Amino acid sequence: MGMSENGDDASHQLRVSKIHNGTVIDHVRAGQALNVLAILGIDGGDGESVSVGMNVPSDRLARKDIVKVEGRELSQDEVDVLSLIAPDATINIVREYDVVEKHRVERPDAVSGVLSCPNSGCITTADEPVTSRFEVLKDGVRCGYCGTIVREGIADQIDT
Amino acid sequence: MRQDHLVTSKQLSRADVEAVLDRAAEIDADPGAVADRHAGSLLGLLFFEPSTRTKMSFEAAIKRLGGDTVDMGAVDASSVTKGESLADTVRVAAGYADALVLRHPRQGAATMAGEFVNVPLINAGDGAGHHPSQTLLDLYTIQENAGLDDLTIGIMGDLKYGRTVHSLSYALTNFEADQHFISPESLQLPREVVYDLHLEGATVREHEGYEAILPSLDVLYVTRIQRERFPDENEYQQVAGEYRIDADALEAAEDDLTVMHPLPRVDEIAPDVDDTDHAAYFEQAHNGVPVRMALLDMLLGDGDE
Repeated sequence: MGMSENGDDASHQLRVSKIHNGTVIDHVRAGQALNVLAILGIDGGDGESVSVGMNVPSDRLARKDIVKVEGRELSQDEVDVLSLIAPDATINIVREYDVVEKHRVERPDAVSGVLSCPNSGCITTADEPVTSRFEVLKDGVRCGYCGTIVREGIADQIDT
Repeated sequence: MRQDHLVTSKQLSRADVEAVLDRAAEIDADPGAVADRHAGSLLGLLFFEPSTRTKMSFEAAIKRLGGDTVDMGAVDASSVTKGESLADTVRVAAGYADALVLRHPRQGAATMAGEFVNVPLINAGDGAGHHPSQTLLDLYTIQENAGLDDLTIGIMGDLKYGRTVHSLSYALTNFEADQHFISPESLQLPREVVYDLHLEGATVREHEGYEAILPSLDVLYVTRIQRERFPDENEYQQVAGEYRIDADALEAAEDDLTVMHPLPRVDEIAPDVDDTDHAAYFEQAHNGVPVRMALLDMLLGDGDE
């Protein structure tokens, strides 16, 4: 993983243990790790082992966050939502300590039912039998009903 | 969703607009020829917000085509007060009528409603969103008075909340129109609208006053600045005063400048403008009938299915 395990003075550096079976979400935008966990509904309550690194030095991003979850592989829906707040992330699927799959997240054209519209005047925020729908833009998302564009704070709009 | 709902003017191509305007001109020239064309057709009116011109002109339009209306009536006298969802209300109404007209205070209401009904649905205003049938009559009026290409238009007033402004500016991207947007900074076009206009390749020129741009305009489209948009009366009075025009102010304009307004006006256009050749806002309101007749004729189709 190129983390601090190979440092000369490893005992003074961040140490994130390898996982046995599960997922490593790397290259998460600094500051978004806890939102990543929120999206995945991971709060440690199920007893899974979770490691979070924040503001870790990175070659690709100046600083990155990293999330390691033992015993959990992500579904496509989860990756889609993840892509909205961590567009540069790489997903590493680990089995028996080896990375068996490694891929960048891809942003879908649209997401349904995972975000709520921040526009209080939008029909989707009324008590109607409607599933939210957002078009994914280059730099944000757009409500398919009222047209509101959300660029900042997308994580705040995630339905949990 | 059916393709024959009219939810936003963004969905209208130049050819779509021209087809409606051509049909409206035919009907305008000889309304008697279509007097029985849609005999037996029923238009469902669902107005969750007050309306005078839009509702009356849709009623006039369907009746002049030989049809009739079924009207939900005022919200406080309907099942909406019992907590019925919009989705249920429109599904029920779709069973009573051959087409529906919906005005609702929430943005996106018509988009959602369109997903629940199997008759054509016309958005007659969804909060600060869209009002495409108003746009069609605006375009008809512009075409009659100034022409839609090689047009320089100033759109003035409450550009932030004004749904007629949003719909009109989208539709004008189909034509060779130079659009100038005149408003106080706090009431500028929403960034979503600017985003869409840029996507269509339009240049968005924003101004805080009309004086500099007025002499180059073919059309000045005025909208009402609403008192409730301002925290206090003084600020409202001061701002609104800067966007008020009268016959004196129009001395600086070209003789053939066309002044439009979706109405109702309060005092943003002084009554002394009414008597000038510039005033086209009552003609604009009258155009609501032939344009909506054309629209209904096209949506209801030949067979009155």
